Amino acid sequence: MSQRPEILKTVTVGLLAGWLLSFVLAPTLLVVGLSLLSRSPAGFAGGPVTLDNYRRLADPIYLHVFAESFATAFIATLLCLLLGYPFAYGLARARPGLRPLLLTLVIVPFWTSSLVRIYAIRGLLAAKGALNNLLLAAGLIDQPVRLLYTQTAEIVGLVHVLLPFMILPLYASLEKLDPRLLEAARDLGAGPFRRFRHVVLPLTLPGVVAGCLLVFLPALGLFYVGDVLGGSRHLLVGNLLKDQFLEAQDWPFGAAASLVLIGLLLAFLALYAYAAKRIAPDDG
Amino acid sequence: MKNTARFEPGKGIAAAIPPGRLYGVLIYAFLYLPMAVLILGSFNASKYGIGWQGFTLDWYESLANDAEILTAARNSLAVAALSASLATVVGTLGAVGLHRYRFRGRKFLMGLLFVTLMSPDIVMAVSLLVLFIGLHLELGLFTLWLAHTGFCLPFVTLTVHARLQGFDNALVEAARDLGAGEWTAIRRVVLPLALPAIAAGWLMSFTLSLDDAVVSFFVTGPDFEVLPLRIYSMVRLGVKPEVNALASLLFAVSLSFVVLAQWLLHKDRH
Repeated sequence: MSQRPEILKTVTVGLLAGWLLSFVLAPTLLVVGLSLLSRSPAGFAGGPVTLDNYRRLADPIYLHVFAESFATAFIATLLCLLLGYPFAYGLARARPGLRPLLLTLVIVPFWTSSLVRIYAIRGLLAAKGALNNLLLAAGLIDQPVRLLYTQTAEIVGLVHVLLPFMILPLYASLEKLDPRLLEAARDLGAGPFRRFRHVVLPLTLPGVVAGCLLVFLPALGLFYVGDVLGGSRHLLVGNLLKDQFLEAQDWPFGAAASLVLIGLLLAFLALYAYAAKRIAPDDG
Repeated sequence: MKNTARFEPGKGIAAAIPPGRLYGVLIYAFLYLPMAVLILGSFNASKYGIGWQGFTLDWYESLANDAEILTAARNSLAVAALSASLATVVGTLGAVGLHRYRFRGRKFLMGLLFVTLMSPDIVMAVSLLVLFIGLHLELGLFTLWLAHTGFCLPFVTLTVHARLQGFDNALVEAARDLGAGEWTAIRRVVLPLALPAIAAGWLMSFTLSLDDAVVSFFVTGPDFEVLPLRIYSMVRLGVKPEVNALASLLFAVSLSFVVLAQWLLHKDRH
């Protein structure tokens, strides 16, 4: 029987590498190239190489969209972190027998359609929705409150959809935390705040960075949250991209805007690598 | 730490629940209540969802009679099955390759997989649209297939790879020492060991593809609509009770697939 490890190596590795190079790396480089061209009446792009698209990003109209979108995404990320951290902490310390069930309950929303869940939130917040009915019935308000089409609605939707993306990486790093380290810190006289500040937080920092990455970037891009909950007045970077590529057909400018997101992604990943290396210098 | 919360007369029932557990329950409620209300609403006879006016299956029935929705459902299932299958084949082979062999650029490949996993959908959507237009591909089934395979691939590869890492390589070496060729060793030893992860990877990919709205929005054409896009335009056109029914069905499919995938991945641990 002939031994063909080389062929198998070529097939298995080659297929995966070929796919990633063709459908991840090559398109990204195309977007970089496109962002340096200008809009052309004949096709999608052409003309001499220029930095105009990046200059246009600093235009007050677009700067405003970015600023507002960043603020919305930032608040949503912060809320996810504040809500998710104690939850993940409790999850990592729950009875081992109960943990798989509790964890599955977090994973299920992670895998279900975020559009469907955003639509569900819309139903709750609508003028004649469940929340208003509840408040009316309780006598807390006399007439329905406007909840939909506000920045608050957008943030509630983003937190609802993205919270599991924060909890899961936090849980993964909290689960690995050795309880003996906390005991040692206590024996050395550290109070709860110092134990958290100097032991728990530094060791779970990679989880915090990964969670923030998985919440903040999608929060900028989920255009239907803007449409369905924010109305036309509260747009996200995702809405800007959708407009440039599918309606205004200004592809070079859209490409430049999308590179801002790619730049943020790389910055987050570098931060993650740094945080992970600090706590485990060997397997960087 | 000892749990000291006990029911004490005069302190109310809330005092009997440890605050940590109460917090957990509230978070789960926040994650599940909106869907629960939506599913309940899909059986509500009231057309505008105001108050409970009795149980009905009318909205599900009108889904089954809506030609546009049926076409979109067929399209969605086709794209999900095709994408999950291709991602499972490429991802499983890739995971075996990453596990069995050492080669130059291995770290780079792992890094690329990780970046793909972490990148937001909209970034992938934009770059793939640019690629497809650059290649003069007609937007539709084929481009959806490629795009969905792309975002499923890292999940399958990393799930199968993680499973393989949990096993002793000595098993494969033993098979090789007993005279099995490399391919026989992979087919008879590696793949059966990885089977639960492969199946779970397929199920997760199918769900991801079925639920995707962002990437699909960019890389399909007007002639090939999928379910999330149908829901998106129905939502924008105004409230229709049929959307509740459709959303509930989609949720039910995802739920059962994810629970099945989780069970496959963790059943050996008990």
